[in-house]
Amino acid sequence: MTISDRDELKKLANTVRKDIIQMTGTAGSGHPTSSLSTVEILTTLFFQVLRHDPKRPDWPDRDRFILSKGHAAPALYAFLARSGYFPVDRLMTLRKLDSPLQGHPERHRMGGVEASTGSLGQGISIGIGMALAGRLDRKDYRVYVMTGDGECDEGQVWEAALYAGNRGLDNLTVIVDHNQAQQDGWVKDVMDLAPLGDKWRAFKWHTIEIDGHDWDQVSKAFDEARAAKGKPTVIIARTVKGKGVSFMENKPELHGIPPTPEQVEQALRELEQP
Amino acid sequence: MTTREKKMGLATRDAYGQALAELGRENPNVVVLDGDVSGSTKSRMFAKEFPDRFFNFGIAEANLVSAAAGFASCGKIPFASSFSAFLMCKTYDQLRMSVANPHLNVKLCGSHSGISLGQDGASQMAVEDIALACSLPKFTVLVPADETSTRALVKRAAEHLGPVFIRTSRPNVPLIYAPGEMFEIGRAKLLRPGRDVTVIAIGMMVWEALEAAELCVEKGIDVRVIDMHTVKPLDEQAIVAAAKETGAIVTAEEHLIDGGLGSRVAQVVVQNHPVPMEFVGLKNTYAESGTPAQLFERYGLTAKAIVEAIETVC
Repeated sequence: MTISDRDELKKLANTVRKDIIQMTGTAGSGHPTSSLSTVEILTTLFFQVLRHDPKRPDWPDRDRFILSKGHAAPALYAFLARSGYFPVDRLMTLRKLDSPLQGHPERHRMGGVEASTGSLGQGISIGIGMALAGRLDRKDYRVYVMTGDGECDEGQVWEAALYAGNRGLDNLTVIVDHNQAQQDGWVKDVMDLAPLGDKWRAFKWHTIEIDGHDWDQVSKAFDEARAAKGKPTVIIARTVKGKGVSFMENKPELHGIPPTPEQVEQALRELEQP
Repeated sequence: MTTREKKMGLATRDAYGQALAELGRENPNVVVLDGDVSGSTKSRMFAKEFPDRFFNFGIAEANLVSAAAGFASCGKIPFASSFSAFLMCKTYDQLRMSVANPHLNVKLCGSHSGISLGQDGASQMAVEDIALACSLPKFTVLVPADETSTRALVKRAAEHLGPVFIRTSRPNVPLIYAPGEMFEIGRAKLLRPGRDVTVIAIGMMVWEALEAAELCVEKGIDVRVIDMHTVKPLDEQAIVAAAKETGAIVTAEEHLIDGGLGSRVAQVVVQNHPVPMEFVGLKNTYAESGTPAQLFERYGLTAKAIVEAIETVC
């Protein structure tokens, strides 16, 4: 399903934000703020960019999306459900016994989940294997991987960056959800990444830096990534952790804290406003 | 069928390289990944013939193992190779989440395992790799004893759907099997019948076990010898039969006794038919630089050490 109308996209983004709040509120655990920062990027990816077919999750020619920051699983599940991979009412089984919606994504439990993530740092490497396999088979599918900014502390991220840059894997696009906060505080205090763009450029990546909540910039960045030849692309998307819910925005201390029932009500009311 | 006169064969890592090249000819889906040690793991034999299907990841084993998982999820049969110390011990988390959790069809071959690599010393010696691999749910773990069994088991690994760890070693080793001997994953090889005690061995310790059995003849001890080339899943039938029929078991491995072959065999024995057991292997220690023969002597991985173990349980 490709949606070209901007208002439709915005409505979907709002719906997914409500899903995230309700899912983590119902589960009583999870990472709502880490999920909320991804929404404009993933709405664009799922409804405009990805070549995929929810009825055929194992279609060999599909584009692959790996959520390397697996703790944003509520966002991934909401987008999969809203794309038609499974019924929307299943979203409220998040983190419950026997649900395929595990606390962090597990590949073998559900179509559309391309990798088991949650142990940070592995997604880009898995994407490299997929990109190389596609190249070997002369398939034109593309591989997208979303990492967190705190995740860039992991050494494996830079092993992968070095490899993909050197091999010019232009069918691989990485999105860094740069929401500037990690579990123990602000990224700049815990483990400063600046200058993050320069680091990826030094590893031979085509590097795009955008506002990850600006629809035009997000959409243009994906176009640019597709057009870039001979280099993998990284989209460093500056975002707001907790985006869209006033009392959750830019609060590092809310990492991994679900909303209370009252906060769910308040957040849903806010998200009802146009 | 065993060949009892000592005829030297190839190192198991050489047989691995040959088997990979053969697989490359048979199956276009086989790809090989190495971590800048293809001359040592012998995956270079594949690389020379199939450069398009060979990927050198540099010295970055975490990236290598996760990328192998990516290949497998696209229908390829990746063989990831490096020194076992680096391929297995450095990447335990990638093995668990990229490979084991989604049960992907990744083959891992760790070379230079155990202490028989000798002079390079402890940092290069994987003495805990079997324990790590066996701890991963639904992993298959293969430890071939000579070139014939290596060739056969690499083929079986490629046919098997699911993650497999194959452990090879550096030095040339005596031939245990005649060319063409057939192997099945999970079916141990009875190399020598015996009624008084059973030695269950893997890798380079299989030859030592056969030597030990010979030494026991003059002592009047009739020793059964089993090559347990598949450490996971174990051939439980062969173990239980050995316990019932010989009444005592000695295990022998070039690995720490904690979490390796001995621990796993003991689990089967205590659950089914408890008998006295003794364990030959590294005991709570790393090894050091030296010739393989010197190290086997110092760390008790010899036929003589197996005989001593036999005498304590018989």
